[in-house]
Amino acid sequence: MITADDASAARGGVKRPELIGLGALVGAGALLVAVGTRLLTGAFAIVAISLVFASILALVVVAVTGTPESRRRIAPYGLLKPGMLWLALFYLAPLFTLLRLSLSTLPSRFAVEAEFGPTLDNYITAFTDFRPQFERGFLYAAIATVLTITIGYPLAYVIAFRGGKYRILLLGLVVIPFFTSFLIRTIAWKSILADQGFVTDAIDTVRLTWLFDGLNIMQDGKLINTPAAVIFGLTYNFLPFMILPIYVSLEKIDERLVDAAKDLYSTSVSAFRKVVLPLSIPGVFAGTLLTFIPAAGDFINAEYLGTPNTTMIGNSIQDQFLVQNNVPLASSMSFVLMFIITVFVIIYSKFFGTEDLA
Amino acid sequence: MSVPSSTGGRIARIALNAYAGFALLYLFVPIIWIVVFSFNQPKGPYNTVWQRFTLENWADPFGDEALTNAFVESLKIAAISTVIATVLGSMIAIALARYRFRGSAGLNFFLVLPLTTPEIVLGSSLATLFLDWDITRGFGTVVIAHVMFQVSFVALTVRARVRGFDWTLEQAAQDLGASPLRTFWKVTFPLILPGILAAALLSFALSLDDFIITLFNAGSLVTFPLYINGAFARQFPPEVNVLASVILIVSVALMLGGTLWGARGRRKSAT
Repeated sequence: MITADDASAARGGVKRPELIGLGALVGAGALLVAVGTRLLTGAFAIVAISLVFASILALVVVAVTGTPESRRRIAPYGLLKPGMLWLALFYLAPLFTLLRLSLSTLPSRFAVEAEFGPTLDNYITAFTDFRPQFERGFLYAAIATVLTITIGYPLAYVIAFRGGKYRILLLGLVVIPFFTSFLIRTIAWKSILADQGFVTDAIDTVRLTWLFDGLNIMQDGKLINTPAAVIFGLTYNFLPFMILPIYVSLEKIDERLVDAAKDLYSTSVSAFRKVVLPLSIPGVFAGTLLTFIPAAGDFINAEYLGTPNTTMIGNSIQDQFLVQNNVPLASSMSFVLMFIITVFVIIYSKFFGTEDLA
Repeated sequence: MSVPSSTGGRIARIALNAYAGFALLYLFVPIIWIVVFSFNQPKGPYNTVWQRFTLENWADPFGDEALTNAFVESLKIAAISTVIATVLGSMIAIALARYRFRGSAGLNFFLVLPLTTPEIVLGSSLATLFLDWDITRGFGTVVIAHVMFQVSFVALTVRARVRGFDWTLEQAAQDLGASPLRTFWKVTFPLILPGILAAALLSFALSLDDFIITLFNAGSLVTFPLYINGAFARQFPPEVNVLASVILIVSVALMLGGTLWGARGRRKSAT
């Protein structure tokens, strides 16, 4: 993008400021993680933090006294540093603390301070006692993701190709509902789907209760407190995360490509299948990740729209952490959740992978 | 443009449009419920069954003191965390979009990670860190948590917006003798400002609405979503609907304003 930089790189210009910048950034991040996880304590921690400050000071010194060339080389690292260090300390370090706690045990049921084992007991409990919650969590999230595609794709398609000058307005309409609180929207659905609410009444009036019961959407004439209600809530709440990326990928498609396919006697359906669909796969890919990942860890929908028999893994983590105060067990479940999702993302990326995640 | 479509094609077209229309309507069902029930006069503590129309709730939206306090806390947290995250995130975005440098691919990947980590993992892991440090969780820890998830969000949003930015403008300004600092404030900053503001607005909304991460790091602090969740066991007052509607109206107004402003900006730069 920046030709001046490229030119000097091609000349094999001085790379030293660049290496120092990157080294100082990664080094400072690593030191902060070490201090944050209390791997370094006491005097070592003080030395580490001083080094981090020194590396920031060095950037300032180069910025003030350096040559324009070295200044330009060092600039990106200076710009990245504060935000990246924040993430190192409050995103990366916590994951290590989580891992350590998940390998610890509480000496007694009422103990607050966990003791580091290392022990795999928590993981064994997570896989045995909480297996149904894990299975439900991933199953519900997967079904909800498929539903968001079936609802969101056609909507994104119509907005992108038939929206005309109303595109931005329609896109705004998609986003607006999500400016109200997630929690209140879910409570709204709880009330809308409630027994003797207008939805159940309407189904009752047209005498289709048997059909919904048969499809397992209703249970004994109830819509609320069923697995379907939980999945429905997840679908609703994560729908825009599917629509927006699909829209972005559809909007990029040159409509003349579709016309060209039709000029070559392709039917509308095959033009869609051979031209539009393949080009929109990156959007579906991004949308799937943005929907599936938060849905798998969600517990609000299961809490408000479900029963104790429809709890997902998120409910169990929340309960163990904040109610039962069994932080080590909750940590192991969090870690397993993250691990499974990471594996899923890696496998999924291998099949549909694109660089353009964001 | 394309070949005239058959009757079947026309029907398919109408069916698809209708399907999309229903999908859009579906998105609005709970919103309509929230707004309609803000005009309800409930019998008992739960505002979930329609009784009769009233304007009373709107006359005194801050009638529920605990709810109002929680709302104010949420606004304060969102304001502080958004300012911090917007500065940090925009700096990252400029670094990634403006420069080519060693390690940018790895740092880019690291930046995406928090967004692909479930909120419950972000929330619980940060809470274990604060437990480990023996820090009492409260206002400060919630701000830290919100900045953490907002930074990546702002950085990626701003980066997407400044991707098409013509960086040779900077070169031009400097060739004309402007200092790098002056170039940034006079040329670069005004041009990327709309992108930054849009990202700030969205991340403000994310903070205001955040429930899961906040729940783990709030300690005894009560934010707007936490209050609603905690109170739901006992009550669901119509003031909740009123405040939710207010948030909705303000966001829509800001969004419309932003769109119009953006359009004006584009026209101006086009001429």
